[in-house]
Order: sequence, then structure tokens, then C-alpha cells
Amino acid sequence: MTKSVLLVGVGGQGTILASKLLTLGLMEEGYDVKMSEIHGMSQRGGSVSSQVRYGEQVWSPVIEKGSADMIVSFEKMEALRWLEYLKADGKMVINDHEMMPMPVIMGKAEYSTDIIEEIKKACKQVTIINATEEAMKLGNGKVMNIILLGTIIKTMKLDNIDWEKIVRENVKPAFIEDNLKALQVGMDLV
Amino acid sequence: MKKLMTGNEALVRGAWEAGVLVASAYPGTPSTEIVENMSMHKEVYSEWAPNEKVAMEAAIGASIAGVRSLAAMKHVGLNVAADPMFTYAYTGVNGGMVIITADEPGQHSSQNEQDNRNYARAAMIPMLEPASSEEAKNFMIEAYEISERFDTPVLMRMTTRACHSKGIVECGERMEKAPVKPYEKNAQKYVMVPAFAKQRRVEVAARMKRLKAFSEETPMNFVEDNGSKTGVITSGMCYSFAKEVFGDDVNYLKLGFTYPLPTEKMTAFCKDLDTIYVIEENDPLLENEVKKLGFAVKGKDIFPEYDEMTSDVIRKSVYGNAFDTIDYDKAKVVPRPPALCAGCPHRGFFYELGKRKNVMVTGDIGCYTLGFAEPYNAMDSCICMGAAFSTGHGAAKAFEKKGENTRVVGVMGDSTFFHTGINSLTECLYNESKTVSVILDNRITGMTGHQENPGSGKHANGSEANMIDIETVCRALGAKNIKTIDPNNLNEVKETLDWALELDAPSVIITKWPCVLKKFSDDDKAHFPDAYKTKDVVDAEKCIGCKKCLKTGCPALFVNRETKKAEIDSLQCVGCGVCEQVCPTHAIGKED
Repeated sequence: MTKSVLLVGVGGQGTILASKLLTLGLMEEGYDVKMSEIHGMSQRGGSVSSQVRYGEQVWSPVIEKGSADMIVSFEKMEALRWLEYLKADGKMVINDHEMMPMPVIMGKAEYSTDIIEEIKKACKQVTIINATEEAMKLGNGKVMNIILLGTIIKTMKLDNIDWEKIVRENVKPAFIEDNLKALQVGMDLV
Repeated sequence: MKKLMTGNEALVRGAWEAGVLVASAYPGTPSTEIVENMSMHKEVYSEWAPNEKVAMEAAIGASIAGVRSLAAMKHVGLNVAADPMFTYAYTGVNGGMVIITADEPGQHSSQNEQDNRNYARAAMIPMLEPASSEEAKNFMIEAYEISERFDTPVLMRMTTRACHSKGIVECGERMEKAPVKPYEKNAQKYVMVPAFAKQRRVEVAARMKRLKAFSEETPMNFVEDNGSKTGVITSGMCYSFAKEVFGDDVNYLKLGFTYPLPTEKMTAFCKDLDTIYVIEENDPLLENEVKKLGFAVKGKDIFPEYDEMTSDVIRKSVYGNAFDTIDYDKAKVVPRPPALCAGCPHRGFFYELGKRKNVMVTGDIGCYTLGFAEPYNAMDSCICMGAAFSTGHGAAKAFEKKGENTRVVGVMGDSTFFHTGINSLTECLYNESKTVSVILDNRITGMTGHQENPGSGKHANGSEANMIDIETVCRALGAKNIKTIDPNNLNEVKETLDWALELDAPSVIITKWPCVLKKFSDDDKAHFPDAYKTKDVVDAEKCIGCKKCLKTGCPALFVNRETKKAEIDSLQCVGCGVCEQVCPTHAIGKED
């Protein structure tokens, strides 16, 4: 059975590294893996997504609406934007962090204050964490993405994979220890 | 060895294994990562050419000289490079040559959605369409064999999802010795004067017949018989999307070698089926072929002729509905359009330009196209690479003829200037229009993710290059009124625009400041030692909540919901100082 995990956020938040490590771990475990991303113009502060699919044999790299087993959102508004991709019984992890889109900055739109409530109304399995704050506690705000990767690993029951090896092989030496700690923090948060 | 690769990485792997020696490209989404990755292979000479036509010609030259070569570009890039390609289709190759066209169904990062499968037909060049990263690698190796066996360049058609999706690829080794050929002078083959070109035209017709026979027999075109009375004919990524929907419930004719088409194989596939779906993105090219063979098909009557043919689209078209989705209040979702980064050196320029009245701004392709948007509203047109100055020139002449005093400002980036902007500027200077031509020089090719260009001082592989100076080029073309300015200094921008708009002659303004996301070169460090090293903060005592600073459109600025005063996100701010100059109460200043 093919599983679908959607990582969403704002350009520059590190969704790409998180999904890269995830796919490498899945491949190591022997799954067929496909991943899709859109680069280019949307990088510039726009909404971004990394789509990861794994199973015995995966055909399409693109997740359909209503079919994601899990969505992890690096930002609150993005969680709401991508919610329609989640299965009825899918799981959602949301980083409790706001980044103002340009229409809000320009005063043309409101950043709703009850996004979490709206999502909780619509879907049962929602976990809210503050990965941005947790990353600061670790002394490196940039590992927020790895904390969120940790939540995927735990939620999708992938903790039997040797993630330490994946991190050691694919992260710059100076950041390995921070990333390993962040991974554990993420796994403990869900 | 198995590796997880994007389609682009897999193409590079395939070309490398096939012994390619020369690769040239101009960056463009979704093709950029091809030469970017190739430049990491030391055995291969890889380069950023100033534009796609030049890249194509460099690859042609290498092929004539006897090595396997590659040119890569996005779909619209092939328009620029079409001229040499059409003629190289006549001459044929010496060393094998593959042209990668990366199409964009869905227009994620492009100005149009043209279907470059049409180019194979128009230029009479064989085309391959991989459906996965694994196929991208294998087809690349096959493409070089086809190129040399049939004496033709080969088109490799990718799409955004094929380029940017990752899949598992079984990697091989590079050929021990790159398959080079001797160079022999052969005017009848390579000098396309009419007399020789007429002979080659006959050769092309004969070659197409041989390629047609190959198309019938190649395993790249295969039937998957699942014992069904329903069949799907498809190619490229659409095969993966169709498999996702139908699984093993239908028969497939999966086409990997898509021009010329294997019509006999298609007929044999279709003749015992009750229902035939033709699944292809954009134009109904396969569909029309099947119809010509005399079969009724379900094609563009149920599937859309635009956007991507992802599995949800197929599902909806065939079954009437896709998967159920969670219901919620979508009105609360605020769009998040791309925006100029905090610290972007284009900001100060567009902030000032947007205030001008009775000015038409002709734009171009790059991050700065965002100058059209709120809050700047400082761009009136964007057509294609290099068009800003020449469309501006035409408009200026038209306003003159109409007796109107509207002034025209053309805006393009440094990489775009080298791409085709030089010709554009030549038009303004030679035919003397009262245009203001602005080159936003951020010292790099920005939007595609920081590729070097002729002005940046480095080659594709990072080595030192001859840095071509834009101001010197403009002067050499004959520009007499020319100023280079700091775009973060709003006064300087304002005064320079005043100066240019008062002139009764063409002028050039160069705004010079490195992209905020750029990894600074030694040259950047020497010329811009203080760039992006500070942060701005708002003094809440002095802020009157007038929101004037928000008019700079900086994503680091926002108004605090409770205090109603401006604040700056210190994670994003790099201290460009544009907002400081806008604040009427001097409430914004540098952090201590």
C-alpha cells in the first residue's frame, strides 16, 4: 500500500532538506520512493510543498487531493491551504508559527486568528507543536525542519530505520549533532 | 548502485555514462539543474552560455568536431534556439547530440505552456519522452546511440514533474573511453548553402523512414497486456499518472520513442479494444494520430488540453470525481504569492519607479517581474527574455506617432541583458528611441537559483572567468547617457530617474547591488563590503503606525496586531535600509 506524506511551508523554511532525508531513509529501508517538488518562482516567499510517496511500487510522484496519510506544515496558514490533500483519517502536525503573506502585510487580507480551531473542527488527528521555539532552545533556529522530520518518523512509524546514519551521511559535519538532537526532539513531541 | 535522483540528475547520469564531453545551457526552470549537476563531473566540459541559441550552437560545434554533446533548455528556450536546431536536423551529426527540452504543463514558472513535442514534427528530429528518473537515465544513453546510428540530433522531452520528481535509479559506470570521432571536413554535409541543403533535405526524408521502422521495433515503445478490453495510449509522465489511476486493470501502449510514432504498433494495439483512452498533456498529438489510423478514442473530449494530467485530473475526467476531501472554510486561506525577498536590491528601484506617473514600464523575465505586483505596480508588460528594451522602443515610437508624451522605461536583469538584452538595447540606441533602459544588475542569475553569467566573474564550475562589464558593453554599443547607481539609496534612484526622463535621447541606468541570497564572490566582497551585515529595528516610541514602510513591500515588515505599530522580523531583515528612508518619523534605524 503506497503511503503519502506532504511537507508544506514557505520558501526558505527547509522543507527540501527534510524531505530529502526522509526519502533517503525510506530508500535505505527498501521501499520504492518517489518525491515531487516545484522549484522556481514560488521559492521567493511563496507557498512550497514536497510530496513524498513510498510503498512496494509507486507510480505517480504527485499526491492527490484527499489522499495524504500525513501532512506536516511548517507554517499555520499553509496547513489550512493544503488541508484538502489530507485523507479523512489522515494525520496532521502543525508548527505553531505564523509568516505573514504579502496580502496581509499590505492590509488587503486578514491572517485569521482561529486557523488551528478551523483545522481541528475539520480533522481529528491534529498535533500542534512549536518547532521554531524548540529549535531556538537547541540553540539553532535552522533545525526546525529536522524537528518536524522527527514528527513524521514517529507518526508514520518509521523509527526502526537508522536515521542517525542517514543524517551523518547527508548533513554537513558541523550540523550533524544539532540535527540528531533535533530529530529526537521531534520524535518526542508527537 | 541504486541512487535516488531527480529526472534532471538522472539525465546527467545517463549522458555522463554515455561519454558526453561537452554540455551547454542557459538556466531556466525546470531545466536548470542539468548543467548545474553536469558541471560537477570533471570529465565533461560544462558551461552556462549567454542564451539558449548560443548553447545549441556550442553543442552543435562540439558534435561536428566529433564528441558527444548536450544542450539543455526550458521549453521557451527552444524558441530562442530553434534556428540552429532546424538546420542541424538537416546536416546531421558527427558526435552524437542530444537536445533536452524541459516543458512546463501547468506553467509553474513560465510565461506559456507550449507543447514542444511539436518541434520534433516541425524540425523532423526524433523525440524521446521518459516517464521516470530511471527511464531518463536509460533513455539518455539510448539517445546518443540513436543520434549516431541515424545521423541526427535527438530531442529529449522532459516535463516539470519528470525533471523535478525523484525516483530510484540503477546507476552504471561511465564508458571507459568517451566515444570520440575524427573530424573530417565535409562541406556538403555541414555547409548549408541551398545546393547542399537540398541534398540533405532528401537525406532527412530517408532518415525519417528508417526512424519510423526503428520506432516500431524499439522496446522503448511497449505494450502491457493485462487482458482488458480497455486500453490507454500514453507517453512520458502521463504513463506514471495513468498507472496510478488504472493500475493493472487496463492494457497500455506506453510510448517512450514518440517521434516518429509506431503507427503499426498503435494499430495492432487498438484493433481489439472496446475503449481507448489517449492520455497526454497539452496538445492532442497522439490522439490525432490514433484517429488518423481510424480508431475512435476518448481524448481531449474528456481530458483538459491545458495544465498537468496528474492522476486526480485523469480520475475526474474518466470517473466524474476524484477522492473525497475534508470540508473546511477555504475563505480563511490567504494567498501567498511570491514576493521580493527582504533585502532584495530590486525593492528600492521599484519603490521609486512605481511612483512615476505617465510612464509605461516594459518588463522582462526574472525575479524583478514581481515589480508588476502590489505594492509597486511598476510593470506594464512582460513578454519574453530580452524583450524589455525592444518592446519599450516600439512603444516609445508609437507614443511619438500618436503625439502622446508617455515615457517608456524598460527593465531587465544582468543575466537577461547578456541573454538577448544586448540586441534589444542596440535597437534603442541605433534607432534612437527616447527610452530609459534599466539593467538591474544583481551580479548573478537570480530566479533560477544563482547561476553564474558573463557579468558575474565565474564559470559554471565556479572557476574564475573574464568578467564582462555591463557599463562598458553599453558604452561600446553607443550609449551616451549612462549612470550606474546604488538601488538601496532612494534619493539616488529618484534623481537618476528624473535625469533620464528629462533627456530627449535614449539613456541607460544600471542598478548595481548583489542579490541578497547570493554567496558573495571575492569581487562582491571587495565592492560591497558592508552589504547585508546589519539589521533594522523600529523604535516603538517614534512609530506613529502610518504604515508607509509597508509600501516598500518587504516581507520582514508587519504591523503588530495589538500595538498597531510596525515591527521588523529580525530573522528576515538584512538591513538594506530602504524602510529607514521611507519612514516619515525616522522611527526605523540600525540595531545597536
